[in-house]
Amino acid sequence: MTYAILQRLAQMAFVMLGISLLVFLIFFGTPGVDPAARIAGRNASPEVLQAVRVSFGFDQPFYVQYLTMMKKIFVTGDLTSFVNRGWKVVPAVLNTIPVTLSLVMGAAVLWVVFSLIIGVLAAAYRDTWIDKLLMIIGLIGISMPVYWLGEVMNLITQSRFHDTWLFSWVPPLGYKNLTDDPKGWFLTLIIPWFTLSILYIGLYGRILRASITEALQEDYIRTARAKGLSETRILLKHALRTSLISFVTLFGLDFGALVGGSALLTEVVFGLQGVGKLTYDALQNLDLPVIMTTVLYASFFVVMANAVVDMIYILLDPRVRTS
Amino acid sequence: MTPLYDISHLSKRFRVGSRFSRQGLRVVQAVDNVTLQVMQGETLGLVGESGCGKSTLGRCLSRLYDISDGKLVFDGTDISTLTPRAMRPLRQKIQMVFQDPYASLNPRRRVQDLIAEPLRIHLSLPATEIATRVAQLLDQVGLSPDHAQRYPHEFSGGQRQRIGIARAIALEPKLVILDEPVSALDVSVQAQIVNLLADLQDRLNLTYVFVAHDLSVVRQVSTRIAVMYLGSIVELGQADDIFTKPAHPYTQALISAVPNAHNATTTRKRIVLTGDVPSPIAPPDGCRFHPRCPIAQDRCRTERPLLLPHDTRKVACHFPLE
Amino acid sequence: MILSVRDLRVAFRTERGLVQVLDGVSFDVAEGEVLGIVGESGSGKTMTVLAVMGLITDPNAVITGSILYKGRELVGLPSREMRKLRGREIAMIFQDPMTALTPVYTIGWQIAEQILTHQKVTKSQAWTRAVALLEEVGIPRPDEAVHRYPHQLSGGMRQRAVIAMALTCNPALLVADEPTTALDVTVQAQILDLLRTLRQTHGSSIIFITHDLGVMADVADRIMVMYAGRIVESASRDALFAQPRHPYTTALLNSIPPLEGPRPHRLQSIAGAPPSLLALPPGCAFGPRCPLHQPQCDAAKPPLIGTPHAAACILVPQ
Repeated sequence: MTYAILQRLAQMAFVMLGISLLVFLIFFGTPGVDPAARIAGRNASPEVLQAVRVSFGFDQPFYVQYLTMMKKIFVTGDLTSFVNRGWKVVPAVLNTIPVTLSLVMGAAVLWVVFSLIIGVLAAAYRDTWIDKLLMIIGLIGISMPVYWLGEVMNLITQSRFHDTWLFSWVPPLGYKNLTDDPKGWFLTLIIPWFTLSILYIGLYGRILRASITEALQEDYIRTARAKGLSETRILLKHALRTSLISFVTLFGLDFGALVGGSALLTEVVFGLQGVGKLTYDALQNLDLPVIMTTVLYASFFVVMANAVVDMIYILLDPRVRTS
Repeated sequence: MTPLYDISHLSKRFRVGSRFSRQGLRVVQAVDNVTLQVMQGETLGLVGESGCGKSTLGRCLSRLYDISDGKLVFDGTDISTLTPRAMRPLRQKIQMVFQDPYASLNPRRRVQDLIAEPLRIHLSLPATEIATRVAQLLDQVGLSPDHAQRYPHEFSGGQRQRIGIARAIALEPKLVILDEPVSALDVSVQAQIVNLLADLQDRLNLTYVFVAHDLSVVRQVSTRIAVMYLGSIVELGQADDIFTKPAHPYTQALISAVPNAHNATTTRKRIVLTGDVPSPIAPPDGCRFHPRCPIAQDRCRTERPLLLPHDTRKVACHFPLE
Repeated sequence: MILSVRDLRVAFRTERGLVQVLDGVSFDVAEGEVLGIVGESGSGKTMTVLAVMGLITDPNAVITGSILYKGRELVGLPSREMRKLRGREIAMIFQDPMTALTPVYTIGWQIAEQILTHQKVTKSQAWTRAVALLEEVGIPRPDEAVHRYPHQLSGGMRQRAVIAMALTCNPALLVADEPTTALDVTVQAQILDLLRTLRQTHGSSIIFITHDLGVMADVADRIMVMYAGRIVESASRDALFAQPRHPYTTALLNSIPPLEGPRPHRLQSIAGAPPSLLALPPGCAFGPRCPLHQPQCDAAKPPLIGTPHAAACILVPQ
């Protein structure tokens, strides 16, 4: 098992290297385009261009350029934005990480808990009105666009009903540090958590129901029934347990993508300065160093999440362990 | 008499796992140095338990698989290393019928099209001739002409296998390789298909290689039988000889293990082998059967027996049964 | 009698109307007896035992008739009560050992689970018992095998593990549904031997289902032949093989190629295929395929007549 995990970690490092090379090539190795001009941003003066060229080593061979860039991002951390003069990119990205992590992890807890409840209940009462009702609720959750839902939530909790007893506790938009103000952190994030998780609750609930129902058709469920186990035990210990494998796979993909910046819409709607928001702003300004860093960061999280999923896989499915 | 198909030192290896997995890249010797002749007009039965390589051998013979080693001479042509393109004209001469007729028939096409497909690909016949030929083929396999417009799911298992057979004989092949053709069928239907195959063989002068695990069916259809164990032939001879007087201890145990419906009231002496068939990834040294063999000697553990003539047959055993 | 089934009928409500999969099945299983049920696909042999086990969970199933287990009516028994019988009094062995065990738990865990469900013992006692059971069914190094996952065992070993699981509570009735069909012949011989031994040591009655008359000849004391949801013949093993009465049984025996003696040029085959339960012929369901078919065969379903050798055919002289 240790061997499998080590092997997975090595694979992960390899993939990361590949991604960083690829991203670097796309941004700086495209023939016919002066990368210095891109980094310097629009309307840069010749002096700035020259400074960029020297600082990023664009007068040197390609591998030196790549290594210089990686050094600036990972070792010295002194990559600077030329669009926002003198702005250090790496600390800026690092600052956004706790915001996005807080948002996505909280939402993930909600969506795992609620989709498990919905999926298991619907499967237990399959083809009854309970199942149908839960599936319709799930479908509604899936069909609501997150930016629309977010704005509606803001409208209700920040203006229309803010002064009623129901929502007077909701603090103004923005992010509060967990370490400075735990209560404020929690209160500001409740509404964003729900908004972000609703889509996933619906999606995962429906997927889980389908995969449990499928598992219930398997031969080993018939064996479990023949053993005289209770329906609850069969559902939780046998059907759910084997269904979790596909659930975890999906979770890893979605979680990685969200932490990597896909929570952008939620961040924008609730005024949270997260990774998504930062990437979005950088794209608007064509701030290449920032884009480069956030893309690398995002890929890192997607790859990480997948590696974690694979490790959970090894725990969940003994068949993966030996083959 | 020259054989229709001359197979010498045929081996087929599969790679499993990857270089990076814990066990590393492993090699399964699915077919191990098989030498065999198939005579014109005979039925050669290939029997053995799962993992013995009988199906792989069948697929190598039809060149569905590329072979790892050895030489295949079919009807005077060396086809061991022919490319798929060069193989194409010979495909007409060697056809296959598979175990699960439903899985091997495209469910979205009518029977008419399924049977006509090989005719269209290999012979450029006009449409009217194709229709006549399809009707004739349906008749030969015992289906009625109005079945031509139906889809595979509308047929029972036995009828689907008839369609599979019609497809296989459409190009008038010389050799048909039957891979467990009746295993998926109900007992009452098996006999129909066995009889149909026998009739077609007489009428069309076909040669069969019949791969099956059911010994009573193999005995019924075969002229000669090759018994396989872990990739090798352990005994090869006339069907009647093998069943009345098996020379290899494995053949003997295999035959004695088959429950006999026709002799229910007399108790027979049964040889129950211990253990399972070993993994072909790590076959035992010496004779591959020795760990399960009731009469194994020291020599069997170290020296691998060759398939050598023994009275009327060939057997790969240091101590063949008398 | 340990089990008495009377006029058991199972039907499924479908879009194309009510499909009768079991049509008036009656039989008994005596203490210590091995009753074989033989039939082709769709004959209702598996459905019969699923009904006995209370494992027909489809809400569209309609089950009528009577199943008396040790004098207790099982048809309509609340599922709570049925659960207490299943696995403890009546246990089952399934056809495909590859899929019959939950892939994510060890063999020992799955056997212990069943022990803990029915008996008041500690976890470690349950595990000790699991090791003993694995040893009894002939799994080498049982103390290691309990920690193996199903995919790490060969087909034969898995089937032994399934049998060990079925034996956990010394069931009075063991139901085996094609337990050797997925196995190789030499392994089949081992498993049949094992079942014979266990029958001696545990004294369970066994209902043994198979499509293979050869296997039936090997294990059964009494044999029931089923066709299209009905019993067409029922007799002791010797009587059935020596003097089959129903034309279907005769034809089935004749269609099996012999293992000894001269080979017939052609096998005696049965024309056509088993009928669809959605469109059963009137009268005797075997009528359209029967070589002895008479016009009066289509009049009514022939009743199963005769003791101890019974056949459901109007042409059989009583």
